[in-house]
Amino acid sequence: MGYTIAEKILMRASGSDHVEPGEIVNARVDIAMSHDNAALVSKVFKEIGVEKVWDADRIIIPIDHRVPANNIKTAEGHKKIREFAKSQDIKHFYDVREGVCHQIMPEFGHVVPGELIAGTDSHTTTYGAFGAFSTGIGATEMAAVWATGELWLKIPETFRIKLTGDLNDRVFSKDIILHICGQLTAEGANYKAIEYFGPAVDKMSVGARMTITNMSMEMGAKAAIIAPDQKVYDYLHDRTDKEYNVVTPDPDAKYAKELEIDVSQIGPKVACPHSVDNVKDVAEVAGTKVHQAVLGSCTNGRIEDLEAGARMLDGKEIHPDVRLIVAPASRQVYLEAMEEGILQRFVKAGGMVINPGCGPCLGAHEGILAAGENCIASTNRNFQGRMGSTEAGIYLASPATVIASAVKGEIADPRRESSW
Amino acid sequence: MVAKSGKVWKYGKDVNTDVILPGRYLDSYEPDYLASHAMEDLDKEFSKGVKPGDIVVSDTNFGCGSSREQAASCLRYCGVQAVVSKSFARLFYRNAINQGIAVIESPECVDALNHGDEIEFNLQGGTIKNITTGQEMTFRPLPPFVMEIINSGGLVEHLKKKLG
Ligand code: SF4
Repeated sequence: MGYTIAEKILMRASGSDHVEPGEIVNARVDIAMSHDNAALVSKVFKEIGVEKVWDADRIIIPIDHRVPANNIKTAEGHKKIREFAKSQDIKHFYDVREGVCHQIMPEFGHVVPGELIAGTDSHTTTYGAFGAFSTGIGATEMAAVWATGELWLKIPETFRIKLTGDLNDRVFSKDIILHICGQLTAEGANYKAIEYFGPAVDKMSVGARMTITNMSMEMGAKAAIIAPDQKVYDYLHDRTDKEYNVVTPDPDAKYAKELEIDVSQIGPKVACPHSVDNVKDVAEVAGTKVHQAVLGSCTNGRIEDLEAGARMLDGKEIHPDVRLIVAPASRQVYLEAMEEGILQRFVKAGGMVINPGCGPCLGAHEGILAAGENCIASTNRNFQGRMGSTEAGIYLASPATVIASAVKGEIADPRRESSW
Repeated sequence: MVAKSGKVWKYGKDVNTDVILPGRYLDSYEPDYLASHAMEDLDKEFSKGVKPGDIVVSDTNFGCGSSREQAASCLRYCGVQAVVSKSFARLFYRNAINQGIAVIESPECVDALNHGDEIEFNLQGGTIKNITTGQEMTFRPLPPFVMEIINSGGLVEHLKKKLG
């Protein structure tokens, strides 16, 4: 009997020689990631009463959500995390300067194919772009993982989505995943693992694939996995010398659903307030007034995203009524963008470049919206109130659409703006 | 365990973690602080009126969105004993169990409960009695290991027992 990638990884992690969807297994976690909520995890960990974490080298803690601290409560939380990391000899601790967890985890070589990664963040699914089974868990569960190294998991059913065709000009993997969210809906992949494959996936950069696995979570997916290829091996080459096992699906693996999407049929998309599956063609919402534009986050804050945005500027200025906030996903991305002169171009055009981190994505600081305002963002979530007032609207789009809109002062089709 | 009585707080579909506990309140884990902001962006009356033993009822996909455990713990701190929904988002489902809140997936129960109804909830027996309408409903019991966690009062208590 054949198995999907998810089944194979969980089979290995739970020491089973056979698993079936629906079955509950106790799995050994390879890597455990917690960000600012490590403060809560460490509190619960202490309540459990175990002295030392199960394996300090498998615990990764980046502080990224409210950085630098936005208020005293946050500062106290960060302080607790630093103290805990020291007391437990957690050497993979990344302080506020490094950037968003989902970007720096692979950058620092903590993500390799075939492993089981648990993170106290819903977008932990991102690492599936490297062929890992990675999933979000709650803080209490993480405290249990820190204590025991184990996690109970239900074996999910797997959906398989084949992407074919060539992406059109100024259409990005973000548009594809928005399209898929619109088709499958916000709960369409609840409890499921998704495998993406096909020629259009092969052609995507590792970063573009991360956008897809990142946002699969918005459909409820437990994991989203792409079998690794040479691009992934090249990415890993300079970042880790860890040995890993590449896991690919069996030809006779069983899938709960199979879809095929020709990406050449897809244009720029926008997810409109207040739900990720409220997806429209950009033309349907073009002209909607925009007050803030955000380019960044773990979804689209990588160098290629900043490049795509900068290209859209094309020497033009940001509309005077728009606040453009650019948040590179990590310090490494920030440096690269600086060296390439991209940050300079944004600042010259009237944008604000903020420190790497989550920034305004979760509505804690660095760009809060007032009632009646609209924001177009390259982020992944447009829930009501996410970036401030519950009477503000968040539109999700690709970096190119975000910048085209920031220039125009209203939602704009990136294919109609600028000459590149 | 005997049935506990309470009141129904009923909502629509896709009630997400950002409205259950908005991101701006994730800066503290204080029970009272979290309880006082529970459901704030969806229903400002909730935190003022909710009483221990009450249950939250919703249409599909309750708790979609972030992994924030505070979305479950804020309900626990309000004394909510169960969330009954047509379906749940997986992270909320896990978090609620780990917080010792019963999560009941039952479209039939949801349809038979209205906002403000008085109920009696019996987790062990798998029944909800709607005192207001007189209707009695049953639901599929949770798997034994989930019951163990909930009966212990959450995962921490459960682990303490197991490891201690
Ligand atoms: S950038 Fe946004 S979505 Fe990504 S981890 Fe940070 S808050 Fe979450």
